[in-house]
Order: sequence, then C-alpha cells, then structure tokens
Amino acid sequence: MKVLLGVGGSEDSLRALDETVERARVAGDDLTVAVVENPRADRTPAELAEHVRSVVADAGLDADVRRVEGDAGSRVVAIAEDEGFDQIALGGGETSPMGKINLGSIAQFVLLNSHVSVKLVR
Amino acid sequence: MSGDRIYPEEIAGPFEAPPAAFADREGREIEVRSYPDDESGERAFEALVEMYTAFDPADRAQGIPPSRESDVRSWLETILGGDGYNVIAWDGEAVAGHATLVADGDAYELAIFVLQAYQGAGIGTRLMEALLGYGAEHGVEKVWLTVERWNRAAVGLYKKVGFETSDAESFELEMAARLVDG
Repeated sequence: MKVLLGVGGSEDSLRALDETVERARVAGDDLTVAVVENPRADRTPAELAEHVRSVVADAGLDADVRRVEGDAGSRVVAIAEDEGFDQIALGGGETSPMGKINLGSIAQFVLLNSHVSVKLVR
Repeated sequence: MSGDRIYPEEIAGPFEAPPAAFADREGREIEVRSYPDDESGERAFEALVEMYTAFDPADRAQGIPPSRESDVRSWLETILGGDGYNVIAWDGEAVAGHATLVADGDAYELAIFVLQAYQGAGIGTRLMEALLGYGAEHGVEKVWLTVERWNRAAVGLYKKVGFETSDAESFELEMAARLVDG
C-alpha cells in the first residue's frame, strides 16, 4: 500500500511515525513521510526531518522523506491526491490533563477534506 | 493545552461551596459533598468506580470515561490523585454524578458526568455550582473545558454558570470561565 505519513512534531505525530514505520516494515508498505510545518512543535523542521530519517533508517526502510512547506493540512491532502496515495496516516490527537482526546487542527482539516482514506494512529 | 487561552474578564458566580442538599426534579434526596470527605471515606472511590462502569458508552465524551473497569480505575486514580478538586452528588450510598477540576499549569480543566438515570433532574447544575464554589474557595482562578458542539444540554449548562466560548474552530468547542480575581 502506498502510504503518506504527515509528521509535524507534536507528540502524537511522533508516535504515529514509530507505529507507521513499524507497520510499513512488516507489511511492506511503500512509505513517504511529509515533514510539515506545525508552529506549535518544539523542534525546527530541519531537526524533525533529521529525526524522521533516523527512525526510517533504523527500521531498514527505504522511505521518501520530504520537507513540505506551507499550510500543512492542505499540502498533505494535495500530495496524497496528486500522487495517487492509498492512505494518509496522521497522529490521532493529544489527550488533555483530564484524559479527553483532542484532535489537532491538521488532522481535522485532513479528515474533512481528503478524498483519500485517512488513518489516525492512537 | 495552549497557554494563550482567553478567559472572560467577568467573574463567574458567586457559587456556594459544598456541602449542599436538595430534592431533584424526580423527588430524590441528593447530597453534594466534596471528595474526599469524612462521611463517605474509602467507599467513595468504589462508589465512583461503580457509577463509571455503569455509565452509558453513548454518553462518553472524547474518550472518557473509559469503558473497562481496570481503565476506569486507573483514570480515576490519575484525576483524583493530582492537585485537583472533586465533588460528588450522592443518592444515599450511590453516586449520581461527579464533577472534577484537574490541574493544568496555572488553570484547571473541568469535566462533569451525571449517570443516565439522574440526567434532566437538575443535578448537573447543582453539581457544577458546588464544584465552582469549591474551586473559588481554594483560589482557583481559571477554568476551561472542551465539549462536543452537538451536546447542547452541556453547552447550555456551561453558559448558564458563566463559561464563554474561547475557541470555536475545532471539532470540540472550548469554553473558559474566571472564578476569582487574578
């Protein structure tokens, strides 16, 4: 399966990275990682891309890792649709101190706008 | 969540701190007490577990309460164990509802749950007022919450006690209130 993973640096996106890379390794998915801009993230996009490359390399995967500039949600949807991806994978939300699941703004945009199936990783 | 949340200028309340006793709209004698309290002691925790394991999954909000008993226990230990404030609505020995403030930096996240058989009887409002009174008494300044926007009963209750919408751009509505001067 041709999978596009969007990673912006939030905690849930880093968890989605680990799980999606592992799943790609086991299932033989053709994985592309879009490193997107998330103004709320701690790392710079360059640091994040470096981290993504090391996770991918550690798993022995040959995945395409690219920096994507501009509005994260719309860029991920556009890439998935233009390049014939089967699935978009994203972090499935952060939990509040109370334990409530709150979906990030990028995931909300992608869910409502994508014609490609979306997987939220919990 | 974000530290740039906007709180109303106006102070909500005043609200009376617990305990409180009243008859609900079904004529049941309900007592609202803070948790932990001497009267209920250790059994309050088990009574809460019972309420949450009996909770209708259709009334879950953003993944809570969890459905399995073991998950309910660890979730309760987390929210009751920290620097927060809790009030319980009792119908005799049984828990009818629970409201909580969980510490989040310099603010508190609020949630309230009323067991299905007790909904629509005015218990939520009393429970909410008791929790906010209890919080204000302990100097809690800022309170926020998220609520699914289709849950009009809950949104109405929050507005009634002084919450204002602070973020309407997400799937869930975020609301905030100020309890004391900061």
